Amino acid sequence: MITTQHFLVLSAILFTTGVIGVLVKRNPIVIFMCIELMLNAANLSFVALGRHFGQVNGQMYVIFALAVAAAEVSIGLGIIVAIFRAKETINIDEMNLMKF
Amino acid sequence: MATVLFWILALVSVIASISMVTTKNPVRSALFLVVTFLCVAVFYVILSAQFIAAVQIIVYAGAIMVLFLFVIMLLNLGTPQALVERGSLQPAFAVVLGISFAVTLVMSGSFVTLPAVAAQPEVYEPLGTVRGIGINLFDPKQPWLFPFEATSILLLIAVVGAIVMAKRKV
Repeated sequence: MITTQHFLVLSAILFTTGVIGVLVKRNPIVIFMCIELMLNAANLSFVALGRHFGQVNGQMYVIFALAVAAAEVSIGLGIIVAIFRAKETINIDEMNLMKF
Repeated sequence: MATVLFWILALVSVIASISMVTTKNPVRSALFLVVTFLCVAVFYVILSAQFIAAVQIIVYAGAIMVLFLFVIMLLNLGTPQALVERGSLQPAFAVVLGISFAVTLVMSGSFVTLPAVAAQPEVYEPLGTVRGIGINLFDPKQPWLFPFEATSILLLIAVVGAIVMAKRKV
């Protein structure tokens, strides 16, 4: 029998994989993918808890998170393309313009 | 049936996400991420959120991943040697801190006692379907109508922002 806890633990594992990816990777596109993975893990726990309580609220939050994720990806990839045009590289270690 | 499916797909999704982080090739990372997204879509079906599962496949595995692959091809980053991973202590620290973070999350997720609710039926027919989502989303008595309209403005801003970002000169 699968309980809500199973889904919460799986969501935690996926989220942590995304966190490690954000910390380890040097390619901003892969970092974006890891952020998408973290968003998916959070969505999964939303839906699991909504199912647990028998309410539709969790799925509503997932719909809005999807819209925000789509907007974020379009803007973020646009920024990456613009940076690549200006600096001919997208290595995250060389993007220190806003570093204090 | 659902239990066996859950365990198999949980294993597949965790392995695919770890492969996504460990592989050097961005295109392979994207394809592993698609596998994870499809597994999460099946989890949504198991949780009787059918509409969310369909949207997950259409928006995430379809649109967003095509956008990722398009940018990878556009910037010619498909070769593994495009970005040399600098050797430092950062990955080791990241893995150690990430594992402690995972332990914290898993402990809080597995040992918390969720509030007891009445026994739920195995399948919520009216909740996760297009009909159930639509009735709740557009119900004026519920708080989802204003966020829905705000989302349309957000997407409009994203479209305008992407065009401004892509233009050479404004």
